[in-house]
Amino acid sequence: MSTTTTTHTPVPERSQPPLLVAGPIAWMRANLFSSVWSSLVTLALAYFLIKFTVGLIDWAFLKSVWTVPTDPATGKLNPDACRQAKGEGACWAVIWDKYRFILFGRYPFDEQWRAAIVLVLFLGLFIVSAMRRFWRPVLALIWVAVLTAIFTLMWGGVFGLRYVAQDEWGGLPITLILSTFGLACAFPIAVLVALGRRATNLPAVKLICVIYIEVIRGVPLISLLFMASVMFPLFMPVGLNPDKLLRAQIAIILFAAVYLAEVIRGGLQALPKGQYEAADALGLSYWKKMGLIILPQALRLVIPPLVNTFIGFFKDTSLVLIIGIFDLLTSGKVAVADPIWQAFSTEVYIMLGLIYFCFCFSMARYSQSLEREFSKSVRR
Amino acid sequence: MSNGTQPAIQLDKVNKWFGQLHVLRDVSLEVATGEKVVVCGPSGSGKSTLIRCINRLEVHQEGRILVDGTELTDDTRALDTIRSEVGMVFQSFNLFPHLTILENCTLAPIWVRKMPKAEAEALAMEFLTRVKIPEQAKKYPGQLSGGQQQRVAIARALCMRPKIMLFDEPTSALDPEMIKEVLDTMIELADSGMTMVCVTHEMGFARQVADRVVFMDRGEVVESGTPTEMFETPQTDRLKLFLSQILRGH
Ligand SMILES: Nc1ncnc2c1ncn2[C@@H]1O[C@H](COP(=O)(O)OP(=O)(O)OP(=O)(O)O)[C@@H](O)[C@H]1O
Ligand SMILES: [Mg+2]
Repeated sequence: MSTTTTTHTPVPERSQPPLLVAGPIAWMRANLFSSVWSSLVTLALAYFLIKFTVGLIDWAFLKSVWTVPTDPATGKLNPDACRQAKGEGACWAVIWDKYRFILFGRYPFDEQWRAAIVLVLFLGLFIVSAMRRFWRPVLALIWVAVLTAIFTLMWGGVFGLRYVAQDEWGGLPITLILSTFGLACAFPIAVLVALGRRATNLPAVKLICVIYIEVIRGVPLISLLFMASVMFPLFMPVGLNPDKLLRAQIAIILFAAVYLAEVIRGGLQALPKGQYEAADALGLSYWKKMGLIILPQALRLVIPPLVNTFIGFFKDTSLVLIIGIFDLLTSGKVAVADPIWQAFSTEVYIMLGLIYFCFCFSMARYSQSLEREFSKSVRR
Repeated sequence: MSNGTQPAIQLDKVNKWFGQLHVLRDVSLEVATGEKVVVCGPSGSGKSTLIRCINRLEVHQEGRILVDGTELTDDTRALDTIRSEVGMVFQSFNLFPHLTILENCTLAPIWVRKMPKAEAEALAMEFLTRVKIPEQAKKYPGQLSGGQQQRVAIARALCMRPKIMLFDEPTSALDPEMIKEVLDTMIELADSGMTMVCVTHEMGFARQVADRVVFMDRGEVVESGTPTEMFETPQTDRLKLFLSQILRGH
C-alpha cells in the first residue's frame, strides 16, 4: 500500500458521443473517404450509380410507352409507337395487353376471376401462416380449407362453376400451387427423413433414408421432372394415370424434401447432447422429445438455410417449363411469342422478375424478422 | 411395488465398456429408500457413467440394474416410466432454452403425467418457491445466473414428484458464490426424505447429508462407508491419496 491518496472527481455524464465520432459525417469519413483511394473509388462508384439510375428512370418512366392505339383496320393493337421508342424507352403496352395472359395463362378468359380469387386466397394463406398468433393446430385446418377452396375454384364442375381441365390452368396460380403444395408436403417428409437418418437404433430406417437422400440428391431436378412426365406413365397400368401437374408436383416434393431434410439434420446435429439427455431423463417419449424439445430448437437454428432452400425451390418450380406445364415463366414466354410483341420480351421478363422478386424478398424479410424475434426470447 | 425392505436402486455386478475402455467393473451398489449416497472419486473414474446408467442414459452391458424393483431393459415403455420416477440434475443444467422457466417445469408434468395445465403451473410455482426463485418464472433460462439455472433444473426434476433424485456434479460448473445456494437447496431436499445419489466433490455437503459415501476409482467401487469412517479413517491407499489431493486442492 502506498501512502499517496488519490482524490476522485466524478466524470460528468454526457447524453451523446461527439458528433465527429458518431454522426453521419463521421460514418462517411470512416467508411467512404478514409483515404485518397477510398475517396476516388467512392466518387467513381457514385458517378456510375447515378448515371445508371438516371438512365433507368429515363427508360422506364420518362421515354416509355404505356399504351398503344388499336388499329381500326385489323382490330388489333398497333405497336408502332413502341417500335419507335425501342432502345430509348420501355414498352409497357405489352404488359397492359398481356398481363392477364401472363398471370393466368390459358385459363378461360371469362373464368379468370376464379384464378384471381385463387391468388388472393394464396396471399391470405401466406399472411395468416406468417403470423405467430395463428401457430396453433387450427392452422392445419385453415390450410386444408383454403387449399380445398383453391382447387374447387380452379377445377370448377361444382356449384355451377364451369369445369376447367387441368391442362388449361396456367400462370401464377400454377407456380404458387407447385411451390406451396410442394414445400408444405416436403417439409413434414423432410423432418421424418432427417430424424430417420439419425435413428442409429433403427438401422433399416436409417438405411432407407440415406439411400433416398443420396439417390435424389444425385440427380438434377430436370431429369426427375422428365422421369415423372415421360417415364412414369409407361410403368403405370392403363387408365391409372395421374395428371401431369400432379406428377410434376410429386417430383418436386421428393426433391425438395431431400434438401430440407439435410438442412434440418444440420440443426439436429447442432443441438447439444444435453438437450436430448434432459428430455430423456424427464421420461418424455421419443416423439414428445422430438416435437417439444428438439425440433423447435433445431428448426430455429436453421431458419436462414431453410428459407434459403424455400426461396430456391420457389424459383426452381419454373423448371416445369420443360415438361410443358404452364407456370408463370411459361406463360410469360408464350405471351411474347405473339408476333406483335416479339421485340418486347425484356419488359415481360422484367415483370416476371419483379413478381418472383416480391415473393422471394418477402420470404427473406420474414425470415429475418423471425430470427430477430426468436433471438429475443433465447438469449444465451 | 415398493415395500420397506426393497432397495430403491440395486446394481448387481454391473459392467460397462466404451469401446475397449472398461469403465465400470463389477459395480454392485444398493441404495435404500430415503438413503442419501454421495459418490466421489478421481476424474475419469466412472462416476458419471455409473449415475447415468441408473436412468439408462448410458446402457450397461453386463449385470443387472433395478430401479424401484423394475429391471432396466430395452423395453422403452417401461424405461420412460422409470425415468419419470427418477429425477436427474446435470452439471451443465440442460434447461430448455426456448421455453420459459415455468414452461421448463410444467412440460413433463403436462406431457408425461397428463396433468392439467393450471395444476401443473401451480405445482411448478410451489417448487420454484421452494428453490427460492418464483419471481423468475416468466423469464428464459438464458436470462438467469448459473446458480439460478441449476435451482430451476432441480425444481424441474422435482415437478415430476420423483422417488429418486440423481445429481451429477451439480455445483462444479458454478462460481463459488453460487455453489452455496444450490447446496442449500439440495440439503433442504435431503431433509425432506428424498432418496438421493449425488456425485460431488463437496466434502462439506457429504459430511452433512450423506448416509454413505462411495469412493470409486478406475471403474470400481473401492470403498464405502459413513462420511466419518471414510474421511477420518480411510482404509485403502487409493482413498487416502484421493483425500489428500482433495484437501490440498481446498
Ligand atoms: N461417451 C463416451 N465415449 C467414450 N468414452 C467415454 C464416454 N463417456 C465417458 N468416457 C470415458 O469413460 C471414463 C469414465 O468417464 P466418466 O465421465 O464416467 O468419469 P467421471 O468419474 O464422471 O469423471 P469426471 O469427474 O471428470 O466427471 C473416462 O475415461 C471417459 O473418458
Ligand atoms: Mg463426470
